[in-house]
Parts: sequence; structure tokens; C-alpha cells
Amino acid sequence: MKKHTIVALVHDRPGVLSRVVGLIRRRGFNIESLAVGHSETPGVSRMTIVVEWEDVEQVVKQLYRLIEVLKVSDVTNDPTVEREMALMKLHAPPAKRPEIVALTEVFDAKIVDVGANTMVIEMTGSPAKVQNFVDVVRPYGIKEMMRTGRIAMVRGARGHTAEEYVESANGHAERVPAMN
Amino acid sequence: MSEKRTGAQVMCEALIRNGVEVMFGIPGGAIMPFYYAMWEYRDKLRHVLCRHEQGAGHAAEGYARATGRLGVCIGTSGPGATNLVTAIADAMMDSTPILAITGQVGSHVLGKDAFQETDITGITMPITKHNYLVKRAEDLPYVFEEAIYIATTGRPGPVLIDVTKDAQQATIVPNWDIKLDLPGYKPNYRPNLKQIREAIKLLLHAKKPLIIAGHGIIMSGAVEELRAFAERTRIPVITTLHGIGAFPEDHPLSIGMPGMHGWVHVNRAIQECDVLFNIGGRFDDRVTGKASTFAPNAKVIHVDIDPSEIGKNVRVTVPIVADARLALQAFLDEFPADREAFAELHGHASDWMEHIREMQAKHQPKQQYLNRTETENMSLPPHDVYAALTKALNSRGNYRVVTDVGQHQMWAAQLIDWYRPRTHITSGGAGTMGFAVPAALGIAIAHPNDTVWVICGDGGFQMTNQEMATIVQEGIKNVKVAVINNGYLGMVRQWQELFENKRYSGTPLSGPDFAKLAEAYYWKGITVEHTSQVEAAIEEAYATDGPVLIDFRVEREVNVFPMVPQNKSIDEMILESPHNS
Repeated sequence: MKKHTIVALVHDRPGVLSRVVGLIRRRGFNIESLAVGHSETPGVSRMTIVVEWEDVEQVVKQLYRLIEVLKVSDVTNDPTVEREMALMKLHAPPAKRPEIVALTEVFDAKIVDVGANTMVIEMTGSPAKVQNFVDVVRPYGIKEMMRTGRIAMVRGARGHTAEEYVESANGHAERVPAMN
Repeated sequence: MSEKRTGAQVMCEALIRNGVEVMFGIPGGAIMPFYYAMWEYRDKLRHVLCRHEQGAGHAAEGYARATGRLGVCIGTSGPGATNLVTAIADAMMDSTPILAITGQVGSHVLGKDAFQETDITGITMPITKHNYLVKRAEDLPYVFEEAIYIATTGRPGPVLIDVTKDAQQATIVPNWDIKLDLPGYKPNYRPNLKQIREAIKLLLHAKKPLIIAGHGIIMSGAVEELRAFAERTRIPVITTLHGIGAFPEDHPLSIGMPGMHGWVHVNRAIQECDVLFNIGGRFDDRVTGKASTFAPNAKVIHVDIDPSEIGKNVRVTVPIVADARLALQAFLDEFPADREAFAELHGHASDWMEHIREMQAKHQPKQQYLNRTETENMSLPPHDVYAALTKALNSRGNYRVVTDVGQHQMWAAQLIDWYRPRTHITSGGAGTMGFAVPAALGIAIAHPNDTVWVICGDGGFQMTNQEMATIVQEGIKNVKVAVINNGYLGMVRQWQELFENKRYSGTPLSGPDFAKLAEAYYWKGITVEHTSQVEAAIEEAYATDGPVLIDFRVEREVNVFPMVPQNKSIDEMILESPHNS
């Protein structure tokens, strides 16, 4: 099964996250990562969902059935910018610190906290690069880690915005023009 | 306009504003403020007290399916709400517009395991078209307006509104100046004309075209348009279980029902056809059998208002996302005016129909089909009940038939002659046993001048027969129940007989004396044990000014044929029991 990156714009109402997740759960698929936050339009949230799917097209169509879903795209095969952030608390006794500092510089990561025997590192980059960094520092001992999950945006002029939907709320817009 | 109202009063007024006249429900602690308010609106809002919330839900479904209007059901929090779940799921599967209103515990104790609290919006999320938890009375006018709009537009479906008790009790000045804010919900009714023209091209050059008419024809009110379309093109018309009534079965172009218990000639025709025009059906697995071998030679044109149905089960050549009626209208408008343009199609269609009728003659359906040696020694083969019922329905008219789920349901679909939309109502997608009796309650209220016949098995009947009391309490006289009583969960027994070596595990079923049970509910009860008594019993049911139950004690082990075993191609049909062949 192939990993797919889905970007969804949703009307920001209570329960919407639960509905989207429930629809995926119903198919028995595991969500690898899910990131949600505000989009450029007030009242519209943007989700990036990474999941292993076989018939992604059908799930995208079913997502459209949800009342709050404005736009869904499978951007897996599109040229995209993808980013992820990780916060890691490493086991960092004074003797190991220089090595860790050197690694963070190589990976363009940031040291955001230093404790008696720990360092907290903020690492941002493409998901592959973040994973690479995680692998490299793992031998030092990762005491805690939190990754945001992937966020994605298609490169260039092709947009994925919700404005048209919000503006034409009372119009007769074609929901799924691609179908016809 | 600016008068103060309680949240509960707002709920009543919102329903009245949206044309609701009748509701089915049961009160309880968390919904009591709504019932308190309901009393003062009782001239406009009729409340029907059911015996179980599942019954209330199916009654709302029956009302909706018989009229096309919104059905409303009510339950209190906790078990009241969870008892509605089966009916809500059923409405979801069969695209039935119902509004379920549930009371919820006070907002200050929400999520704290208060008495009779369940997370009903969480529970019903996957089985509603949409649902709401309302904690503020101010939100009620908007939520009711939006909920009813969503339930009744696009592909209809169930919507649930869960209202906390304090929101029902709070006093507010309602704002009825409502502008719906639904940027993500814009059902596409109008077809894309390019696609219509594409489909016409396919149809005009088809050699073996078929129409499958589904539930969408009935829901969109496209019966006239379908007839015009069929007559213009002369393409044979198949009606699915939920498409029954979309096209009159005595029409020369009608060929019958497809699928697991469809007719041999229909399934063979599907396997042979070169263009399959499905309008308002969703290619359910009971229609397609093994989907990968379904209609292998066909280019498929699929009209559905729900884009997620297109290409879901069957590959589609021309997808058309639209309302069935508007799509058919567009076809009629876009057809070439030139009569000659249809000459080729008409020529092929006529040869094709001849071929289908030949297949049909070989595997003659309807009554003759079942007239074979195995029924000769039976004192009451179930088919004799259907023959007599068909005769009565046809001679008296003004009927609605509601069936439950199982063998009796398939026999009803196969053996009764169907002519008009919304005269055959059944639980299709969900296959909910116990649907029929409470649904009949809703249908009888919607159509007080029609005779509502319930056909159900002894299994399904015993699941929800308590609504017989509701029928009496409401003074409903036009419900007649035919229990096809074979002492088994018959369809499961049939599978056990055919595929599990007659291991009748959990299927033999006893029941009370149904006629006596009916009498206990102040109904008339009749027991029929022999074919010779059938007609008289039906006559008596009609002659009785009140609800009647007839216990038809039919031959116990009779099977529904034809039958396509699960996951087989639809042309691999079993036509009779192996031991008889």
C-alpha cells in the first residue's frame, strides 16, 4: 500500500476533526500523521493527513460527503513543499554536548533548552530530513519526542484555498467539478 | 417576532416553520421541557407516543418514505437516544430524510457520566448525514433550519439534534432571521450537459442497452420522466428493490428486478448488455453480486446525486452527478429532434427485448414460476398468500405495502405486481428486521385513506410488534398485517439449507398465537392454515373497520428462488433446491 498525503480544507465547527478521522477509521486504515491548524481564511481549518491507502479516490469522495469539508486533494504526486517539526529532549551529559551541538548545526536544527543532563532540540525540515536527524541522535538517548506530523503545500501558482467556497455560500457552485 | 420563548418552544416553532406536522417519540427526563412546550402547539404538531424509540424511528422513516417529506422522531437522553440508533442507521442506508431529536443532560454535567447520559452525537456520527449538539437556546433556530435543510436536500438522510436540558429550558428572544452558512454543502442537482450528450451518443449506438431504475427515481419524483425516456428510447427497464414502483411492471418495457433474488432473464440481460444506464441506483452488492464480473461487456452510464457513489462498486464510463429527475429532463431536452436518429437504437432495442422475453419465457417468473411439484402437497405454500394479496391489491387499489426483511420481503418484491411509486416500502440497505410494523404506523398516518399492508415474517414481527398498541391508541384503522409465519428465521435457514448442510443453528423460532396476541392488542386476529382460507381472510381484513392481523401459517421450509449465492456472478443463479432437482 502506498502512503498518501491528503490536504483538506474544512469549515471550522465542533466535531469536524472527529468526523474526518472517523471516516478514515471506518475503513480500518491507520493514520500515520495528522496536522490541523488555521488556514488563510478565517473559519476554515486546514488538515494534512498522511495515511496508507489503496483506494484514496473513494475516500476523498466520501470526505466530500461530510458537511463541513470544503476541499480535499491527494497531493501525493504533486510537487509539494512538505515540512515537519520535532521537539526532542536528548540525554546530553556535558561530555556528549559538543557532538550533539555539531550535529544540530549540520542538520540546521536549534537547541532551545539546556538542562543539567538534557538538551531540547527543535528540528524543522522535510519529513525525511527530520527522520534522518532522529536516527542520528537516537544513540545519545531520546528521553522525549514530539513530532507535529507533516504539513504540505503544493508549489507554484496552483492553489488549494477555500475562499471561492466561502464566498459562494449561497450560490450553486459545482461541488466536485472533476467528476463531470 | 421579538417575544421571549423557551428553547423548547423555539424547537416546536422551528418544526412548525419547516412544515412538520407529526412526530413520533417517547418522553423522558432530559427531553421533558420539549414535551412541556409541545402541549401548547398540539393543534399543529401531532405527537404519536410510540412503545419503543426504535419504533418511533421506523415510524418516522415510514412517514418519510411514503410522502417524501421529513419524518421526525424523538427520544430522551441515554437509552432513549441509543434505541433510535437502528432506525437512524436504516435511514442512512436508504437515504431517508428523518430528523431525530434527543434530549441531553444539562450542559454543566455533560461528559461526567450523569444519569442517562450517552454521547449520542459521538455514537451517531457515522450513521447520520450530519448531527448537532446544542448547548445554547440561542442556537436552536439556526440549527433546526440547517438540520432540516441538510436532511431533505441533495441525497436525503438522517440528521440528529441533541439538545441539552438547560438549552430547552432557557428563555431567549429567538432570532428567526436565518441565513444558512454551509460553504461545504452544495448538492449538485443540475447535470453537466456535456456528459448528457456523451451518454446520448453511447445510447443511440447501443445494441443491447438496459436501464436500471433505482430509489433516486422515486425520491426525485422522476417517474414521468423515466417513462418518457424509456418510451422514447425503447430501452428495457429494470427496477431495483428500492426502484420498485418507479416504473409500472405492466409496461411493455418493464422486465423486473435484478440481483440476488432477481429474475434470471434480468440478470442474464445485465451480463449481456453493452450499455447499462443506471439512474438513481447505487450498485449495491445485492444487485451486482460479485462486482468484478458484473456486466462485463457494458459501458456504464451512472446518474447519482452523490458523487461518492459513482465508481464506488462498478467502473463507470459516463458519470453524471445530478438529481435523477433533472438528469432525465436534460436527456429528453438534448435528444435529437430528428426521429431518424433513434431508428438504429429502436431496431436493436426491439431485437434485444425479444431476446430478453425469450429468456424470460424459459424461466417464467411470477406465479407460474413457483408452480412446481414441490408445492403440490403443501397445505399453504407462501406463494398462495402473495397470489391472493396481489389479486386483492389490484382489485381494490389505494394501497401501500411495507415489508420487513427476509424471505417474505423478497417474495413480496418478486410476486406482487407493482405500479406506483411509494407503494412498496422496505428496509433495503440496512436490512432491518422489525422495520415493517412501526413503519406502517408512519405510513398509515401519512396516507389515512390507503390500506397499509404489512408483510412480515414471524421473526421480524416479534422484534417490534409492540407498536400495535400505538396503532390502536392513535385510532388507526387502515393497517393490516400479514405474518408469513414459517417458524424459522427463514432466510438464514435457507442459507443454512443451501450452503451449510442444513445445520439449522439458531433459526427455528417459536412464537405466540399471533391471532390471540392481536386480539390482546384489541386488533382482529385471524389464523390461516390452508390455501382455501386465504382469500376469505383477506376479505375479512378489508371488511373489518380496524387493524387486522392475519397469521399465515405457511409451509415451513420453502426457499426464495432464484438466488445468487454470495460473491458469485449474478448469472450463477440457483433455481431450485438441490434435493428436488
